[in-house]
Amino acid sequence: MTKPGEYYQRDRMWHPPAYDKDYKTSVTRSPQYSLISLQNSVSEITGPTFGHNDVDPLDNDLIKNYAQPGQSPIGERIIVHGRVLDENGRPVPNTLVEVWQANAGGRYRHKKDTYLAPIDPNFGGCGRTLTDENGYYFFRTVKPGAYPWRNWVNDWRPAHIHLSIFGHAFAQRLITQMYFEGDPLIATCPIVNTIRDKAAIGQLIAALDKNASVPLDSIAYKFDIVLRGRRSTMFENRLEGN
Amino acid sequence: MTQSLDYLKETASQTAGPYVHIGLAPGAAGFDIYRQELGWDIAGPNARGERIRVEGIVIDGTGSPVKDVLLEAWQANADGIYAHPEGGGEVEEGFRGWGRVITDFATGEWGFDTVKPGCTRGRNVGTQAPHINLWIVARGINIGLNTRLYFEDEAEANAADPVLNLIEWERRRATLIARRTERDGQTVYRFDIRLQGEEETVFFDI
Repeated sequence: MTKPGEYYQRDRMWHPPAYDKDYKTSVTRSPQYSLISLQNSVSEITGPTFGHNDVDPLDNDLIKNYAQPGQSPIGERIIVHGRVLDENGRPVPNTLVEVWQANAGGRYRHKKDTYLAPIDPNFGGCGRTLTDENGYYFFRTVKPGAYPWRNWVNDWRPAHIHLSIFGHAFAQRLITQMYFEGDPLIATCPIVNTIRDKAAIGQLIAALDKNASVPLDSIAYKFDIVLRGRRSTMFENRLEGN
Repeated sequence: MTQSLDYLKETASQTAGPYVHIGLAPGAAGFDIYRQELGWDIAGPNARGERIRVEGIVIDGTGSPVKDVLLEAWQANADGIYAHPEGGGEVEEGFRGWGRVITDFATGEWGFDTVKPGCTRGRNVGTQAPHINLWIVARGINIGLNTRLYFEDEAEANAADPVLNLIEWERRRATLIARRTERDGQTVYRFDIRLQGEEETVFFDI
């Protein structure tokens, strides 16, 4: 008889460190003391749950969810799809996935973004969806553009989509960024390169997926997301007073 | 040769960036897109227990407020039950126990209204003192920071809390204790978070 137990510990050598002098903003925003490692309690193995009352059907269609009737945003029409899995390879069903991105010109609809590329009147730049019972999700959007940012004088972010994923426990909470296969800016990006392991970076690059493309309409990229997996307790470990 | 393990690797974290509001709080970014944004009501109308407000600021290593933070809160209800299948029981209708707030772009102040949580069960035995779990993301934060807010007026429970007691340096435990104040008849807990420095907040690897 097994029951679900704690989440596997996060591989902190795989994730980016808090401090990276080449991503300048991290220098004053990175804790200097070591994190205190906690074994999971009820506070960590639980987390918020979401349902279809929280999300509307059009929320995952960034081509339509902010466009004027009969219009659509400028840019390459793309589908981003994939599965949310855990480290055991099991699907994570009914979990909230939220995305945000710049428009095709690399401009965000945000009052703090002053880049000279124009706002697209038909593009909001955010979406959200719940994974289905197989952990599957998809969005329709336009491919975001690269844009300059202040780090070194001439830094450009590769095209990317931000993703926020909940899983079923606060311990699984994750925000990451998805990049696009073949983008030459990935290799030189200081934010990408906060991650030390090349395989971990590769896992953030979505593959062109012609099988999922809609002919004469939209090209597809596949992006699977992996959240922390969970132990099955075969043997009890009940330390006194713990 | 040995067999290879077939576990997948967790997707690596990347910073939420300066425009996290577009995705998670679009109203704050300056536009209206969803029927309802998520995370604005933590406790709901039917929650039992003391109504409280929690406020604070996030301070960087130069002593300056961080003005583009997004925080998420996760807490039990007044009975110590989380709104989750493994949360220990049933909660009041409309109690979610989860919320998100952003800092004010001009001042860096953040705040949310909720109810004070109760004691929750310990890992195996005993209880944990009332606390709110916090997760902090922002530009310049490469992987979300986890911490816990405890309550100044729960000194006895705090003294017995297994997580606070895990922190070897007793003086650092104080960084997790919110100060109770009153304003216009309402209970306000003040919880400032310091990312660096002598009084750096304790962050957890959960």
